Amino acid sequence: MSYECGVFHTRYRSDMGLRPRPVQRVRLALFAVAVLVFPFFASPYWLDLANQVAIATVGAIGLNILVGYTGQISLGHGAFMAVGAYAAGLLTLNLGLPWGVSIVLACFLTAAVGIFFGLPSLRLKGLYLAIATLAAQEIVQWAMVNWTALTGGTEAIVLPAPRLFGLRLNSAFNFYWIAVLAAAATALFTANLFRSRAGRAFVAVRDQDIAASVIGVDIFRTKLLAFATSSFFAGLAGALIAFYRSIVTWERFTLEISIVYLAMIIVGGLGTIRGSLFGAALITLLPAFITNAGRALQETAPHVAGLLPYAQQAVFGLVIILFLIFEPKGLSKLWGNVKDYFHVWPFAYRRGSHGE
Amino acid sequence: MADFLQLTVSGLSTGMIYALAAAGFVVIYKASDVINFTQGDLLLLGTYLIFFAVAQIGLPWSLGVLVTILLAVAAALAIERLVLRPLIGEPIISMIMVTIGLSSILRGLVNAIWGPSPRAFESFLPAGTVEIGPALLSAGRLVSIPIALAVLAALWLFFRHTRDGIAMRAIADDQQAALSMGISIPRVFGVAWGLAAASAAIGGMMLGNIVGVTPNVAAIGLHVFPVVILGGLDSIRGAVVGGAVIGLLEAYTGGYVGHGLNLVVPYVVLILVLMVRPYGLFGKEIIERV
Repeated sequence: MSYECGVFHTRYRSDMGLRPRPVQRVRLALFAVAVLVFPFFASPYWLDLANQVAIATVGAIGLNILVGYTGQISLGHGAFMAVGAYAAGLLTLNLGLPWGVSIVLACFLTAAVGIFFGLPSLRLKGLYLAIATLAAQEIVQWAMVNWTALTGGTEAIVLPAPRLFGLRLNSAFNFYWIAVLAAAATALFTANLFRSRAGRAFVAVRDQDIAASVIGVDIFRTKLLAFATSSFFAGLAGALIAFYRSIVTWERFTLEISIVYLAMIIVGGLGTIRGSLFGAALITLLPAFITNAGRALQETAPHVAGLLPYAQQAVFGLVIILFLIFEPKGLSKLWGNVKDYFHVWPFAYRRGSHGE
Repeated sequence: MADFLQLTVSGLSTGMIYALAAAGFVVIYKASDVINFTQGDLLLLGTYLIFFAVAQIGLPWSLGVLVTILLAVAAALAIERLVLRPLIGEPIISMIMVTIGLSSILRGLVNAIWGPSPRAFESFLPAGTVEIGPALLSAGRLVSIPIALAVLAALWLFFRHTRDGIAMRAIADDQQAALSMGISIPRVFGVAWGLAAASAAIGGMMLGNIVGVTPNVAAIGLHVFPVVILGGLDSIRGAVVGGAVIGLLEAYTGGYVGHGLNLVVPYVVLILVLMVRPYGLFGKEIIERV
């Protein structure tokens, strides 16, 4: 929460508002307009990327609730997304539920699974919890591949296209609205969550769990609630992927995906919502940029194209390390620096003096 | 019976390679509290460096082994100096992510240089099989077990008797007290990474001989976690016992039960150990509890 000079609130309502300053509201409005206009000008390729970013934002905010805000490390986010995707897919396929209903049910089911795998967090902390969630990831992954009766094993589940008023929703343009709506709802929910009692308890547990319990925060309940909320959104992201791609396979939800989502929130900024968006965008777009760069190089240096996947892998690692060493607070902090610079531009006397 | 012997030998030899990787993990964790996700990639590096030295440059294997170990140690020292040292004292999540990032870079580089398809090279562990009763045992696997045990014993002796080893234990015990006694922490961290890389490289070389030179070698990195949790995060002995138990469990479930259960059994064990005895079989009983 930042306090700005020259901004006076005369009512508590406005003081406690989500975006209390006019310039914040203007920025949000501009961003909203850009998001609404974007699909009418973008090519299908960019629309597809935008959909991926929107879905990743949902997942990244979910993970940030757990890791960034509550301080519980999870390497099992991919597994939670898998639960959401398989649940949504199987509910639609086997029970014939409409896609909207099965997405909602899938989210709640994933939250329940999240609570189950969050149980170790009641005893374990830090490193031990990270390793326990790693085990959870591996176990869920094994179940996806080997519980053939339920998941179809290595065979992909093919879903019917979701329809709304006769429109096929899994085209890039139509799905864009659903993905963006989901991302916006997730962001709004989370922003409000951390203005509520439950959300403040999450942060208290992260900052100093013993102190939190002394002032009356029920740590067990809070941690499980954090796992549940986080996995709820992981489930939402997974279910969205399932309906967007119309196909559910286990390869989309491996440990690598858990790591990719951790990278998103590290690069974006732990414990910030806008950071989740920035990180999701950067980590999702990075491989695309590298692929495009490789294509451009293909004519001058043909053998480079074969190296692309490995370049992507190496650059991914490099980005994580560079951010950890040089800007551990992530893109969110960089964005804050930019805002600070322009806040009193062209007078630079406040530069760097203004932290979160 | 024949099955049982074969499974035991293959389980033990895999387990000893797990133990080598796990010992490296333990050394680094003991010295610097870093949770190292690159252990599998250090193994991978060992596999490809020996392939490079023996098959591509044409060194005799004795020299090749030496060169491989030296290069792996050099790589680890560079990693420690450039990447880990700036992050000393950062929260656990940063330490986990930085080693994951490193792992991604190493894997990308190895694949970019040597390509993703499996390579063949002349094995320097004895090829062929040994017949014991009704069982046909792979000679390479049989030989790898005592080699690994010797390396692990050397590591253990290092901790007990050398100056650096004792310094490392002192740092693990109480960093500030160790500092005030004049122990150089950067040096100890460097030694820890060097040892971990050497131990992993030896494991990687043997793995290259047994299963071949493929990028899949790196997958072993994750098996380190069940091993060290079972054995105790700060115990070399634990790494040996944990490696043997996990290796055997995998081999037996793979051989007798099937259904890919061998892939998941180590993690089930991991969860059970964490629930019942989080410090493992030989670990120090100090654990951050909630």
